[in-house]
Amino acid sequence: MLKINDLHARVEDKDILKGINLEVNAGEVHAIMGPNGSGKSTLASVIAGKEEFEVTQGSVVLDGEDLEDDAPEERAHKGIFLSFQYPVEIPGVSVTNFMKTAINESRKARGLEDMPAKEMLKLIREKSEMLEIDRKFLSRSLNEGFSGGEKKRNEIFQMAMLEPRLAILDETDSGLDIDALRIVANGVNKLKSKDNAVVVITHYQRLLEYIVPDFVHVLHNGKIVKSGGKELALELEEKGYDWIKNEAVV
Amino acid sequence: MDLKDKLISSFMAFENNVDIDSPVHDERSEAIKNFEEKGFPTKKEEAWKYTSLNSLQKIDFSIFPKEANALDYKDVKKYFINEIDTYKIVFVDGIYSSFLSETTHDGVDICLMSSALTKPMYKQIIDVYFNKIASKDESLTTLNTAFSREGAYIYIPKSKMPKKPIEIVHFSTGNEASLLLQPRNLIIAEENAELQVIERHQSLTENEVLTNSVTEIFAAKNAIVDYYKVQNDLSTASLVDNTYVNQKDDSVVKVHTFSFGGKLTRNNLNFYQNGEHIDSIMKGVTILGEKQHVDHHTLVHHIQPNCESHQDYKGIYGENATGVFNGKIIVDKIAQKTNAFQQNNNILVSDKATINTKPQLEIFADDVKCSHGCTIGQLDDDALFYLQTRGIPKKEARALMMYAFANNVLESVRIPELKARINKLIAKKLGVNLGFDL
Repeated sequence: MLKINDLHARVEDKDILKGINLEVNAGEVHAIMGPNGSGKSTLASVIAGKEEFEVTQGSVVLDGEDLEDDAPEERAHKGIFLSFQYPVEIPGVSVTNFMKTAINESRKARGLEDMPAKEMLKLIREKSEMLEIDRKFLSRSLNEGFSGGEKKRNEIFQMAMLEPRLAILDETDSGLDIDALRIVANGVNKLKSKDNAVVVITHYQRLLEYIVPDFVHVLHNGKIVKSGGKELALELEEKGYDWIKNEAVV
Repeated sequence: MDLKDKLISSFMAFENNVDIDSPVHDERSEAIKNFEEKGFPTKKEEAWKYTSLNSLQKIDFSIFPKEANALDYKDVKKYFINEIDTYKIVFVDGIYSSFLSETTHDGVDICLMSSALTKPMYKQIIDVYFNKIASKDESLTTLNTAFSREGAYIYIPKSKMPKKPIEIVHFSTGNEASLLLQPRNLIIAEENAELQVIERHQSLTENEVLTNSVTEIFAAKNAIVDYYKVQNDLSTASLVDNTYVNQKDDSVVKVHTFSFGGKLTRNNLNFYQNGEHIDSIMKGVTILGEKQHVDHHTLVHHIQPNCESHQDYKGIYGENATGVFNGKIIVDKIAQKTNAFQQNNNILVSDKATINTKPQLEIFADDVKCSHGCTIGQLDDDALFYLQTRGIPKKEARALMMYAFANNVLESVRIPELKARINKLIAKKLGVNLGFDL
């Protein structure tokens, strides 16, 4: 589904990604771990198409199609979803109106009519119940005054509404207490199918107890320095990242 | 002949046309003297630093329209809040249109200034209120006073409320190559009275129009006045709006100004708090493009203790548009426990657009809360990216953010049909259809 080939990217004059190779197939869960500043969030932003990052070499290919020229919204229409580490507050736009706009814009891109209001409401109800989101919450301005946990839960709610083929969860576990973490992980697991894929970016192993990865990759200094199965995450939790750094230097 | 000379020499002809024995004759004569002395304001004056009336003065404006012009309701229906029933005071080229208007004397007076200034039954009220809060010093206000004859006259007695909102609409038909209009409105809400007013100036052709309007609003104890100014005129129309508000104890006066059009718009909005526990609220949304210019000059004079004022102005400026916000707050020495809030936020969507924003606080009391803030920025790239990753194209994402930016000003609009109209106007100005109202 997703194929990243020798990806190099920079912001301003700083090289951040220095040759990433990664293949994600439908039905798989991948975890990308690594110390702070290793390039995890940059990788997520580059896949989603953030313009500030300049791809200097290599490619991001979705279903055989190079995404190089696609704007972020076009990538979204093709099924890429990024759950933000720091979701942006948009005062004045309610969660409900935001979701209506997002869904109908995606439908428009696919040549479909707007979703009927009744169907939309049913979908919103169903997905918000799944994530144990209070109805009142949906009429509040998007992310404005939300706690860290509420913001993250709202990200997964958006994911549930948009049903992406490839979901990238950037540090979704940070700021979540254990109850919220379970709800979020449970939501992600319910959305998982043989047709979609999830890439979990995290610093800690904790989330991976709930969203169990098929593959774990360790990112260091803009490169994937080690890949393995889910047991690699446990090893990292136990030993920290220093041994990876040392190994990489050697 | 320049415009000033033309006006001064026209004054005699004007006075001959109106009743010379009128109680306001002396006020008019005083006013023209002041204008003769001062002339049009120039950029040398601090208050007019960013707004020039020079090019307007070069236009050979007609001062008296030649004849009354009839308009068909169906042709101008869209300029009214036609979804609801309203009282209407309508003028065509400065002349009252009985055909388009719906006035009343049923418990309240919603009618014409020309009647109020000439009929004996109104004399007592005119003596008490006319030209009592308007400046006798500011040159454009005195110019209006000198030629004051027509406009809206609204008198709401104690504890009364009109059955429906009142629309004051001025049409200009283009029958004159260029026309100067000087409407004069007087609005009085007696104790515990309440009213809603929507004011609009609309050109129907691209002939030049300059409107120099003066509105005096008196809100007695516990009165509520809710005033909406819809400024969405053609780019050949200019407006100088001088509004003076006098408030007594426990009154609430709200003025919303929606500036979406026109060539040059200057809003002089002056509040005088002559009582305690008063609330004065000024809100504005400005969305401009082309070479349009809007200058918001507000003044709140806190004269007595325990009062509040709230100002919230949002501006979105594109292309070569220019904007000014100058918010002056004066707190007198005895006006303790004043709570004055002022906010002006702006987004520039073009490199060539300009905004000058200036808070001006003169505080002589020592136990007050005064806060002010102004921001000038571009749209946040991170927020745009966030919306784009949810499949919302960049253009719509920008519009959604600007729409949301202006939204909290709309929240306080109490006439839902007007709110829906303004929503639509904003969406249209931003060039998108969002498919929902915020």
